[in-house]
Amino acid sequence: MKKRALALLLAATMAVGVTACGGGNSGNNAGTDNAAADSAADNAAEDSADNAAADNTDDGAGQAEAPAGAAGEKILSVQIGPDPETIDPALNSAVDGGNMLLHSFECLLIVNEDGQLAPGQAESWETSEDGLTWTFHLRDGLKWSDGSDLNANDFVYSWKRVCDPMVAAPYAETVLGMVAGYKEAVEGNLDALQVVATDDKTLTVTLNAPCPYFGSLAAFATLSPVQQGTVEANGDAWATAAETYITNGPFYISDWVPGSYILMSKNPNYWNASAIKLDGIKFNLIEDANASYSAYQTGEVLMIKDVPTEEIPSLEGNPEFYVEPIIGTYYLSLNNNKEAFKDPKVRKALSLAIDREYVAGTLMQGTYSAASNFMGPGWIDTDGSQFIDNANGGNPYIDTTAHDANVEEAKRLMEEAGYPGGEGFPTVTYSTNDAGYHKVVAEYLQQAWAELGVEVNVDIVEWASFTPMRRNGDYDASRNGWVGDYSDPSNMLDLLYSSNGNNDGKFKNAEYDAAMEVSRTTLDAAERSEALHKAEDILMEEAGCIPVAYYNDFWLQSGKITGSWHSPYGYWYFMYADITE
Amino acid sequence: MPKYIAKRLGLAVITIWAVATITFFLMNMVPGGPFLSEKAISPQATAALEAKYGLDKPLLQQYLTYMWDSLHGDFGDSLKQRGRTVMSIILMKFPVSARVGGISVLTSLLIGIPLGCMAAFKRGKFLDSLISVVATCGIAVPSFVICTLLLYFLGVNLKLLPTMGLASWKNYIMPVMALSFYPTAYIMRLMRSSMLDVLGQDYMRTAKAKGVSGFRMLFKHALRNAVLPVITYVGPMLAYTVTGSFVVEKIFTIPGLGGEFISAINGRDYTLIMGTTIFLATLIIVMNVAVDIVYKIVDPRIKLK
Repeated sequence: MKKRALALLLAATMAVGVTACGGGNSGNNAGTDNAAADSAADNAAEDSADNAAADNTDDGAGQAEAPAGAAGEKILSVQIGPDPETIDPALNSAVDGGNMLLHSFECLLIVNEDGQLAPGQAESWETSEDGLTWTFHLRDGLKWSDGSDLNANDFVYSWKRVCDPMVAAPYAETVLGMVAGYKEAVEGNLDALQVVATDDKTLTVTLNAPCPYFGSLAAFATLSPVQQGTVEANGDAWATAAETYITNGPFYISDWVPGSYILMSKNPNYWNASAIKLDGIKFNLIEDANASYSAYQTGEVLMIKDVPTEEIPSLEGNPEFYVEPIIGTYYLSLNNNKEAFKDPKVRKALSLAIDREYVAGTLMQGTYSAASNFMGPGWIDTDGSQFIDNANGGNPYIDTTAHDANVEEAKRLMEEAGYPGGEGFPTVTYSTNDAGYHKVVAEYLQQAWAELGVEVNVDIVEWASFTPMRRNGDYDASRNGWVGDYSDPSNMLDLLYSSNGNNDGKFKNAEYDAAMEVSRTTLDAAERSEALHKAEDILMEEAGCIPVAYYNDFWLQSGKITGSWHSPYGYWYFMYADITE
Repeated sequence: MPKYIAKRLGLAVITIWAVATITFFLMNMVPGGPFLSEKAISPQATAALEAKYGLDKPLLQQYLTYMWDSLHGDFGDSLKQRGRTVMSIILMKFPVSARVGGISVLTSLLIGIPLGCMAAFKRGKFLDSLISVVATCGIAVPSFVICTLLLYFLGVNLKLLPTMGLASWKNYIMPVMALSFYPTAYIMRLMRSSMLDVLGQDYMRTAKAKGVSGFRMLFKHALRNAVLPVITYVGPMLAYTVTGSFVVEKIFTIPGLGGEFISAINGRDYTLIMGTTIFLATLIIVMNVAVDIVYKIVDPRIKLK
């Protein structure tokens, strides 16, 4: 009897033992939370109120049945993606990480609601006549979220850190490649980088070559200031815990449970804090689209980015369902190193055979828009107008509404290329990873290209293997896509430059390269615009890649949220939002 | 017994070494790497990252370095989650999974064993059929279906329970139900069939002949003999359950370890793949040793050598 009891007890303790050790950890978490609140309340009298606020939310966090947190706090609960891989500004290269940075940091300049550059940490800026020197004048009395002062030297440190080979920032070249001394800096001589704090409030940047869109880069999250003391004391780990994540933007992180949520609280030290209406924003790190949809239906979150695609047909016409363009294009790469795709006529024929309206509107359920050009809406021309309005004399390169005529043209081109009815054309393998609509599009291509007599095999490749395979050119045809980092057209047109690391199709055209080089060096806005348009003309004529659809963001957002906006870069701006009942 | 445990521990070390070695070379054979993204990273940045984490060294050297470091308790930094060590990720996420998983295992034992016994005792009766139907469903229905149904009915439709996170005890109900459904069903079936064997034994007939009551007979005399297969099953099951379920954690947004197993592989986060694999292997071995010891206690006739 005694022994049996013992046996059962032992079996039970095996289970309970683990449970209990789980329980112990929640105590640890609570400890961390307090530390976070403490560090945020270092100075400043007004911080004490904020500290209390942070404590309240810690208790109430997660019971978010009501949109507002505990004690009448205004906490906006949203979902814009799962756990970001990193939220270190220098290391981030993802949109969901970018959304976090946008709310917690502020760059020299910002992009405002109308998509225009506006003063951020810098209240004004100017460019020298040769376009090589950019000077930024910082605001008075800038502070970090811990209450300490922020000055121009913080930007110098942060920008040099982006070049540091030991940091290995993925965007270093994109954002600082044109700054004088960049080459030396990435080799390890950081002080060679020509970013100088002339005084506490003035930052001077010298460029190697003029860069008309450098203002956009100064507003790019990679170039956010980070606090030297904290970063050096904690190494890479500074950006993994709330208490060491010192920021300078409208919010700071007050509580962070990886895989669960990031709670941001209003930063009382932000220069424009009086315009911030929310007490906090809770970013729920929900990974599963059905789970986020459930959370939206129960009202636990007021905005979700991940909407299950199978729900989309039922959401059409719902005022809470938004579809807005972002600057990016879903396109196909044809491997130009393969004999079959060397002839532009073949590439063009394959392009024309695709019914883009059907793909975007039906297969992709209207969450994409049919692409007639490579550069879609949202890209800004050098005079501030929409790039697409000036492309090809204002006409679409491909008339997406005239599918039947396009197919006839495609058949004719195949014949001219020596493959009448697809005779003699090798079987094409189309490679894609399996996510979103990729598989449906692949199946459609089998059908569409069959009309030209081209046989297609579909090869589904796992994501981590797909990228290197495409980059190495180990494929015939593949899915590709790009979402812009900033609205200058060179950001996407550069992809087809012969030596670009993302030129997966290995497109090589001397005229195209020459046009892109002009766009990089000229100071004349009209000449630059002309060069960029010329590049797109060549690209479309030669079918250097096959644009299929423009990306949109689609999301659900409750009418209770006011004052937020969405930018064509794929970012949501909640910092000036409010919740109305 | 101490000699037995020492022997098992020695074997365990060899097993873990083998698991680690095979995993190390297999994961390096798979194409792709941790520092890839849709947007090409400059060659300098890639080279710098590889140098930073020692991935530029020959594979054999990487292997020796890893083994040496891990023997000293250093499982390295995560390659994808920059700034976090593998150990810190496991220590942060395992307790969460263990809590949910532990409760689930306990629930399955507390429901599965008695119901399994009852089914055997009432063999062929209505209760037996009912339990069999439930058990079959539990084994046949995958956990994501259960999760989705729970979420839809209890969360969205009736709004009885919160759909995400682990803030209060209410948050545990749905994940625990989803996680314990299968093991409960399995334990019921195991318990039923082994109980039927035991009930057919002579000593049970003797007990019955001597007028021992049904309840007493079942739970005092038969259970102890019948429970052995369940213990065999529960050991490894416990190891798997407390390390978290990818599906359940994803659907209920539970910050547990389950998701790390999958995302580490998808992201080619080599050090995290090694860390989670070694951790799971160790746990399974420990559970198997524990099972053997529990055996010995439940049935003293068993000799451990």
